[in-house]
Amino acid sequence: MFLMEALKKDRGGQVLLGVLLVLVIAVPLLNLLVPEGHALHVPTYTVTLMGKYLTLALLAVAVDLVWGYLGILTLGHAAFFALGGYAMGMYLMRQIGDRGVYGNPLLPDFMVFLNWDELPWFWLGFDQFWFAALMVLLVPGLLAFVFGALAFRSRVSGVYLSIITQALTYALMLAFYRNEMGFGGNNGLTDFKDILGFDLQADATRIGLFIASALALALGYLLCRVLMVSRLGRVCVAVRDAESRARFLGYRVENVKLGVFTVSAMLAGVAGALYVPQVGIINPNEFSPLNSIEVVVWVAVGGRATLYGAVVGALVINYAKSYFTAELPEIWLFALGGLFVLVTLLLPRGITGLLRRKEASA
Amino acid sequence: MPMFKPLARPLPFFALWMLITLMLGLSLQARAAEDETLAQAGALLVQKFDQRADAVALLVERDHPRTQEILRLLQDGELYYRKDDDRLFVIKSAETGAEALDLLDGSAVTIEKKRDFKKVTLNNQMRNQISQALAEIGLKAEDPKRRAAAVRELLGALNEDTVSVLRNRIGNEPVAEVRELMVLALAIQDLEKGDEATRLQAIEQLDGSLEPPVRNALTALLGSDAADQVKRQAQLALNGIDEKIRYYGMLETLYFGLSLGSVLVLAGIGLAITFGVMGVINMAHGELIMLGAYTTYVIQQLMPNHIGASILVAIPAAFMVSALVGIAIERGVIRFLYGRPLETLLATFGISLVLQQAVRSIFSPLNRSVATPDWMSGLVEINPVFSLTLSRLYIILFCLLVFVALVVVLKRTPLGLQVRAVSQNRAMARAMGVRSKWVDALTFGLGSGVAGVAGVALSQLTNVGPNLGQSYIIDSFMVVVFGGVGNLWGTLVAGLSLGVANKVLEPWAGAVLAKILVLVFIILFIQKRPRGLFPQRGRAAEG
Amino acid sequence: MRTKASKSKLLLGSVSTLALSVSMNVAMAAEDTIKVGILHSLSGTMAISETTLKDTMLMLIEEQNKKGGLLGKQLEPVVVDPASNWPLFAEKARELIEKDKVDAVFGCWTSVSRKSVLPVFEELDSLLFYPVQYEGEESSKNVFYTGAAPNQQAVPAVDYLMNDLGVERWVLAGTDYVYPRTTNKILEAYLKSKGVAAEDIMINYTPFGHSDWQSIVSDIKKFGSEGKKTAVVSTINGDANVPFYKELGAQGVSAGDIPVVAFSVGEEELSGIDTAPLVGHLAAWNYFMSVDADVNDGFIDSWHSYIKNEDRVTNDPMEAHYIGFNMWVEAVKKAGSTDPAAVQDAIVGVSVPNLTGGYSTMMPNHHITKPVLIGEIQDDGQFEVVWETSGTVAGDAWSDYLEGSKDIISDWRAPLSCGNYNTKTGKCSGQNF
Repeated sequence: MFLMEALKKDRGGQVLLGVLLVLVIAVPLLNLLVPEGHALHVPTYTVTLMGKYLTLALLAVAVDLVWGYLGILTLGHAAFFALGGYAMGMYLMRQIGDRGVYGNPLLPDFMVFLNWDELPWFWLGFDQFWFAALMVLLVPGLLAFVFGALAFRSRVSGVYLSIITQALTYALMLAFYRNEMGFGGNNGLTDFKDILGFDLQADATRIGLFIASALALALGYLLCRVLMVSRLGRVCVAVRDAESRARFLGYRVENVKLGVFTVSAMLAGVAGALYVPQVGIINPNEFSPLNSIEVVVWVAVGGRATLYGAVVGALVINYAKSYFTAELPEIWLFALGGLFVLVTLLLPRGITGLLRRKEASA
Repeated sequence: MPMFKPLARPLPFFALWMLITLMLGLSLQARAAEDETLAQAGALLVQKFDQRADAVALLVERDHPRTQEILRLLQDGELYYRKDDDRLFVIKSAETGAEALDLLDGSAVTIEKKRDFKKVTLNNQMRNQISQALAEIGLKAEDPKRRAAAVRELLGALNEDTVSVLRNRIGNEPVAEVRELMVLALAIQDLEKGDEATRLQAIEQLDGSLEPPVRNALTALLGSDAADQVKRQAQLALNGIDEKIRYYGMLETLYFGLSLGSVLVLAGIGLAITFGVMGVINMAHGELIMLGAYTTYVIQQLMPNHIGASILVAIPAAFMVSALVGIAIERGVIRFLYGRPLETLLATFGISLVLQQAVRSIFSPLNRSVATPDWMSGLVEINPVFSLTLSRLYIILFCLLVFVALVVVLKRTPLGLQVRAVSQNRAMARAMGVRSKWVDALTFGLGSGVAGVAGVALSQLTNVGPNLGQSYIIDSFMVVVFGGVGNLWGTLVAGLSLGVANKVLEPWAGAVLAKILVLVFIILFIQKRPRGLFPQRGRAAEG
Repeated sequence: MRTKASKSKLLLGSVSTLALSVSMNVAMAAEDTIKVGILHSLSGTMAISETTLKDTMLMLIEEQNKKGGLLGKQLEPVVVDPASNWPLFAEKARELIEKDKVDAVFGCWTSVSRKSVLPVFEELDSLLFYPVQYEGEESSKNVFYTGAAPNQQAVPAVDYLMNDLGVERWVLAGTDYVYPRTTNKILEAYLKSKGVAAEDIMINYTPFGHSDWQSIVSDIKKFGSEGKKTAVVSTINGDANVPFYKELGAQGVSAGDIPVVAFSVGEEELSGIDTAPLVGHLAAWNYFMSVDADVNDGFIDSWHSYIKNEDRVTNDPMEAHYIGFNMWVEAVKKAGSTDPAAVQDAIVGVSVPNLTGGYSTMMPNHHITKPVLIGEIQDDGQFEVVWETSGTVAGDAWSDYLEGSKDIISDWRAPLSCGNYNTKTGKCSGQNF
């Protein structure tokens, strides 16, 4: 019931969920039923691409939750995304079993290669999907909880917080690049075969992953929406706009921040977990601070503190990126860079803000 | 396995032939013999490496009067041959229109096509052969520095000839330093060859010397069949040497740390102004550093014959270029975003992408080569195990200079006064007649210009390429945040201490782990002291 | 109402234009040319190295077209930019094969990019020509490795140092990723098999883009001052090389004292370094621009006129593309078709001229034969060849010096048709088709 309540005033959200519903139904049909070569056929390539974009959109929603509603400009959300991705990647690696290059039934290839005799303790359990799925939520959640508990208790805020979130993801990136860490170093985890017994290269599995991504985005969106229209959401906005005042009024600002930050990290983890099987590789580069900043920019371009704006921003920019890197590779960075400047200067409320302004004036 | 065939040819025939010519030469006029030696050597020099090595051996063997000159020419890469007729020429610069001097008769020709001439190149064996030969000749040199270098080159590598030369000269050697080196060289020899008494005496002479061959000779002695008494003394001497080496190792780590730290300070101090004083998060800071480095490159292209001076010209030039770009960024973008620090972060990130792509389009994505001037290369040798690299030393000094200059500008000039006024209370400053917009632009220009100057320094240490900025931006932020925003002293202390911490951790943790540990330390430190080492006090800190 | 419509249009629009534009491009890709995909990063960190290879491919294709194309059709290059982003490599590879319908792809530089696209090529059964020296331990039905395997670069270089320079102590310094790790493992095993003691080998790994080499160079200096002739075998990657060599120069380590032999430093990298302090340091490759051969002069001339810059250098991966492209052309002619399966069968055994004046042959393990050259850096940024193998060396996919892989062989000819056949267990493992 309160789902309806939460969406009642959220036109953007309604449209978003509607579109997702249409996609979930139409894309598989257009892929499987319409013959190849027909104008309406959606190739599997496009399905996977769209699935990837949807996971990135979920990451953007997670960032919007903390930046838009709490005012925490996180430059480290890529870390949570990548950790979720690694958890899923570890599961997929274990699924390879003895089909690896060296045919070792227990150890992934890169461990055989480094002369490791047994599986490190942190790889135990990842042969079970439920365990990996749990870790997808727990690892990013726990890291966010510990990090947040430290940072928010000691009232690190604003720019300082941004910089140390960046330091966090940077440190993790350096750590994961180390081969001794046991996560495959620079090559990361790759050459996955199947998930839950389904062949990852089969069209049906790809469509399944696409639908899962769409559902995850829809659920993630709803979760954020419900949180933000609740009393908690209003406290969040209060914290964002006047932290000291909210504190003086008796709200436990740290706890609010910590809770929302942790939820957001878990969402990012889920996004990463769905991203990895669709792109087929996870490597420490996903931790790169640049990636985190890019996500923030998606949110800014789409429109901050609207949630659906984050989705729009993620889709538009990633589509533009795919397009430009194919057609005009030299122009891409100029275009992207210019976009950042123009959006912050001229469209502080993003693309969707532009539409809402029209609405207000109409 | 494939068969590997070295380029060498066995040379017994050559040796025989040399012997014959040597005997024949005795009966001929001395002058004619010399000419012939030179001709033979010349014929060999235009062939492959092994024949070239034979040529060098020939010259040394016959003690030809021009041996030293020719070896030096080879070492400096100034000896060429003409492809048509294999005649040898001395060429200072192989450019079309330059002069080539015939090695034999000294006549000059003009280079018409530079591809007509080919350099007589060396390989490593030949370089070692030549430096050994020059060292043996150098024992007789006039210049005591050359003599010292020659003896050092021969440490641990004496043969019967050189031993007798040293024993003859040691009594007449006027310079104490060179004499000591000679004593060392002979003592090492005694250690290897002598009886028990000579060995004990040699150990005494060697005690406390840090020359690496000394330590190696002592270590070798421990493993030999020397008497126990000798071994005991050798162990004692070795312990003393190791103790000293450890001490100097610590000094060296400290120096490395300070020099890494000064790079961090240079990279970060411009940010301390834009970020600290103005509250603007400038993600394009790294690219302003990059612009400074590219300016250095351009200046060197403009004055290729004055590399030494080019760096000095590049400093103000890089300052101007980066400062102007900085002012343009401030006027064009940032001034619309004051009071919204997180938005400036996004906009300047966009600018950084544009600047990166711009240099990629203008200069190509390839790295550019920036030469190190002669006065910056080399070592200040304190002792054989501890020396300071000159380029790093200059960068430490330069860093301190920039720091002092900035402190003076901010504390002692009218501009500095206004900057501080605006950063502390904009409204009040404006009310007092400070043109705050003007001050903003100049402050940002100052911070950006300092970044450009840092780029000049970095061009001497690392790649000049489109990614230069990105590799320093995170470190710069860490330094500024750790030091405390808005505090130049904080930046200095933070940069230097992070550099030293990194270098102290590196030997036992490895380079990567050291860096991770430092980052984790900063994250935890910020939790404890959210405003850095030296927090800014007063109202401005509330922002 | 109006606003609602515009909002939904936006959301729908962004998704459906994506779907539409992709499917429209598919419909247009049916012209009468042979398409060749070029998959090299044009932006991001790897653009430094890879842009040149894209240009090389464009030049080779243009020249082939001038010669009348292939099978009576013109070749059409399709260039995409994977932007040094590994997942994007896989996405772009899929785009090239599925959407653009290319018949062969030339691309990748780093191992991780190759690992990322490998499943895509195997799934869609296309061809990838990979032009860079790499760590081995791989042989795919769909990939042709035209760069050097460790036995075509590292092992001969160490032989040279040991036999010709009398090196007894070894520093194996590398960037921490799979190529240096494998190479160093192979070299360590190799050196120990030659009687080098463990304390005479020092192994050091640094992160990508490592810029402060003071401590490491100082350690190398100490390691090398202990009486035995010492050399550094460097598998340091890309950007980290410049500060490394600068630091060597600054601390006065000359090639005469401690030579450094590098496997990732070529003419292109040197063009970004002041080479004066580097003179005498070594590199092992299968090609140098300075090689004296007519075919090489011709290649350099056409490169200069194509790129319209007399100062541009040529390097080993360019030669690898030259060989790989010509092998593909010959194989297509032999098969009479560009069908990947037919080309895969036809290409084994194909011999084409390399740029050092000899011939390179595609072996059944999808690696090629190459000569090994060792060059010393000169002050003009070129290499002077100081040593070379008498003939060519065949690339070995699975190293004989590694525990896990010495029993593995690769032969893509029938009846074995396996890239990973264990001669002990008689099993073919790790195949994706």
